[in-house]
Amino acid sequence: MKASKETTTRFAIILFSFLLYAQAVEAHVHKGEAVSFLSGLKHPISGLDHVVAMIAVGLWGAQLGAPAIWVLPVAFPMVMAFGGMLGLLGVPLPGMEIGIAASAILLGAAVMTELRPPIALAAALVGFFAIFHGYAHGSELPPGESGLLYSLGFVMATGCLHAAGISIGLVHRWNWGQRALRVVGAAIALAGIFFMWKVFA
Amino acid sequence: MICGPRHRRSIILAIALLTLLLPVRAEAHLPTIGLGPVYDGIFHLLLSPEDLIPAIALALLAGQRGAGSSRRVLWFLPVAWFVGGFTGMLIGTPRGSALTCFSFLLLGGLIAANTKPSVPLTTALAAMLGFFHGYLNGSGINRFNDGAYFLLGLALAVFVIVALFTSFVIPLRRQWALIVVRVAGSWIAASGLLMLGWALR
Repeated sequence: MKASKETTTRFAIILFSFLLYAQAVEAHVHKGEAVSFLSGLKHPISGLDHVVAMIAVGLWGAQLGAPAIWVLPVAFPMVMAFGGMLGLLGVPLPGMEIGIAASAILLGAAVMTELRPPIALAAALVGFFAIFHGYAHGSELPPGESGLLYSLGFVMATGCLHAAGISIGLVHRWNWGQRALRVVGAAIALAGIFFMWKVFA
Repeated sequence: MICGPRHRRSIILAIALLTLLLPVRAEAHLPTIGLGPVYDGIFHLLLSPEDLIPAIALALLAGQRGAGSSRRVLWFLPVAWFVGGFTGMLIGTPRGSALTCFSFLLLGGLIAANTKPSVPLTTALAAMLGFFHGYLNGSGINRFNDGAYFLLGLALAVFVIVALFTSFVIPLRRQWALIVVRVAGSWIAASGLLMLGWALR
């Protein structure tokens, strides 16, 4: 019994001595960068309003075909980043949540009705809504994190959501797929109406 | 027997404790990895997205233009990076890091727009970009020994990155693969725009 107590004491001393081990000082080392990237990556997929709107962009691009299928994913991140910059600078953008909800309603409706406007008009519509989504990402940055990695994270996550939308939209080549896409568009528009109701509720 | 086993254990324990109390050199401001300056340079590039992404972006741009531009960038970028680093190490002060956002914006925008600049223009871009980023890196290490080896590692890493990414892009022929490169460019430009927002904030 005595031997066991002695062993425990020795282990405790050894364990305690590890606490005295001198560590290298790491002042100003860039810590938490992975967290910043993951925060950015998580931000667009953490809100259903962003998710459905981004997927709708991809679905609509797939329905419209070339060149919209690649113009929208190339143009959207840059316009969204402009919105993000406005958010970072604190430029007031009234009705941000209304804009995000309206994007889900209108883009969902466009997918539901297979709307085929001129490419410039489609790009302008998507770009207009991209500003609201970017603004939300830019203004909601968690404090004390790396801006570059956060930015990279949310741009990449948004791009991946577009890619998911485009991939799903490839079923448009079949008749059943076209019908299924219209149903998905209707569901997105309904979700948008719900988001709008939440804004005003 | 001079001392018993219990006494001997206590002496060993005391020696172990004293060893653990040995101070380690404080490494504040010194992001070394313990493998020497060449590896420090290599890992600095790989772990610094503000340097790594512009190098990748220039490689993608040169790859879009073809083998001629890529060969120029393969040699000019690392050499300019080294020269800029050496200049920064000798005379530089670590200022202007906020301007790296313009590297993102310019190169990302050129890739997204699929501009395919001429070989001399791409070479000039490689020289300017390499010198600028190398200068910033060099000015940050001017107080350490073995700075030249650090820069050598950095330049070697740039060479490998350019070689890998240009050899990946040059053979691409399929439309969707070329669009993926342009989308990557738009993500880089978007990140640059957001970095500008951070800088102005």
